[in-house]
Amino acid sequence: MAQPRIRPPVTDAREIPTVRLKGFTRRFGDNVVIDGLDLTIAPGEFVALLGASGSGKTTLLRTLAGLDSAGGQDVTTPDARAVVFQDARLLPWRRVWRNVALGLKSPSQKKGDVRTRAEAALKEVGLGHRLDAWPATLSGGEAQRTALARALVREPALLLLDEPFAALDALTRLKMHDLVLSLWREHKPAVLLVTHDVDEAIALADRVLVLDKGKIAVEERIALERPRQPDARFHAIRRRLLARLGVDAPAPQPAPTPAPNAALVAFPTGEVVL
Amino acid sequence: MSLAITLRNSQPRAWRWPRLSRARWLSPAALLLLWEAGSRAGLIPAQVLAAPSAVAETFWTLIASGELPANLAVSLGRAGAGLGLALVVAVTLGLVSGLSRWGETLVDPLMQIKRTLPVVALTPLFIVWFGIGEVPKVALIATAAVFPLYLNLFAGIRGVDVRLVEAARSFGLSGRDLIANVILPGALPSFFVGLRYALSISVIMLVIAEQINAQAGLGHLINNARDFMRTDIIVVCLLVYALLGLAADALVRTLERKALAWRPNLVEQ
Repeated sequence: MAQPRIRPPVTDAREIPTVRLKGFTRRFGDNVVIDGLDLTIAPGEFVALLGASGSGKTTLLRTLAGLDSAGGQDVTTPDARAVVFQDARLLPWRRVWRNVALGLKSPSQKKGDVRTRAEAALKEVGLGHRLDAWPATLSGGEAQRTALARALVREPALLLLDEPFAALDALTRLKMHDLVLSLWREHKPAVLLVTHDVDEAIALADRVLVLDKGKIAVEERIALERPRQPDARFHAIRRRLLARLGVDAPAPQPAPTPAPNAALVAFPTGEVVL
Repeated sequence: MSLAITLRNSQPRAWRWPRLSRARWLSPAALLLLWEAGSRAGLIPAQVLAAPSAVAETFWTLIASGELPANLAVSLGRAGAGLGLALVVAVTLGLVSGLSRWGETLVDPLMQIKRTLPVVALTPLFIVWFGIGEVPKVALIATAAVFPLYLNLFAGIRGVDVRLVEAARSFGLSGRDLIANVILPGALPSFFVGLRYALSISVIMLVIAEQINAQAGLGHLINNARDFMRTDIIVVCLLVYALLGLAADALVRTLERKALAWRPNLVEQ
């Protein structure tokens, strides 16, 4: 499986960045939420954005998603972009496959075509058996997988994930991490994951950014090979990031003995509550 | 989805009183028996109130003679026409007002003013305007039924989850697609509440409107019966009005079950 390059050469003409913001500022009244932010995301790059509440993460994501107007500033985003929200935001009155197919235009005008695409996307997230279910009957994890399918069926060049796993239980969250990584390898969109969870960011991303007072305070490239184990290097990065988030780094733990069934202990909760 | 309440039948059945203690038909049946006994004993004269058995007999006679069905059809036609008119007006105004700020500014104050007027008090004006034919009757029903329909559609549209609207927008929906896929389905539960109110109001207004010189219909039947002191016919008509109300409610329930199948049921068998 080809991994995306960690630092794409800027000179490569084909590697025009998927996202580019230069000196982006956003204020609500006197309150400067984002302050002269520069950000570039390469095609196929997985970026995680950490930050306390009120640091401007959501504002940034909404701008990139096109939900808020960029106000004529220097913001480049692809047209093909899709968001997965923290709450799945499925339309309760449309069956699962219709939610995935929402707004899809069938070029061939064949009615079955849209359904086929929705079906394929749902099969990919392991929900091929829930096509005709009502969203209210889905579990939290199933609803989020439907939301992922709805995003991926649009073949986005930029996938925006707004704390998509925050409301899920720990086990479901780990399964979702694996699913997101495999979908990312398969479809190769650039990903911006907004999260509170330092471990999640380190486990998934090529690059972790910490947003503080509307600026990028820390940029950390994660050169660990995937799947990532909570080893000493992982913990070193974790301590550094937590320190920058204003949380005292926990006392250096001895590297946990690799349990054969490591799924549950792989990412002890590192939720930053500020 | 498994909140099914199954305790109800879990007790042993040997004891009969607990079952009878749930028999809600008991007191109405007792009242009916007392009424019948009172009539037969001569305590309740037929000019005051006909006996239930006499009412039942009259009911059958009126159906057999075709008098009741014919007049019922006339009344249903009035209620239907009034309600239909109200639906057209209320849905139009509700959409205009719900979907745009300007619409709300222009339409909503008028509707709120209209709400403060008791519709029954408009009867004299409607008679002056429309005479004593069918038009004032239909107009009264329509005027009364408009408000609950409008208000609940408006509230439903404004109550649609903005997060869903935002999500749909992020997937490229706008304009007509957004209204059809998100806003109207989201407003539908509230609209049905309005429809239920409107149906019961149109039955009530039907009764009132038919007091205006009705040449046919249930009101006509009642007025004639009053002139001849036929309390049995009056009671039959009252029963039919009550059945109309029940039927209207059953109709909305059926529509709701079909249109709102996506809603999770708290108690699912």
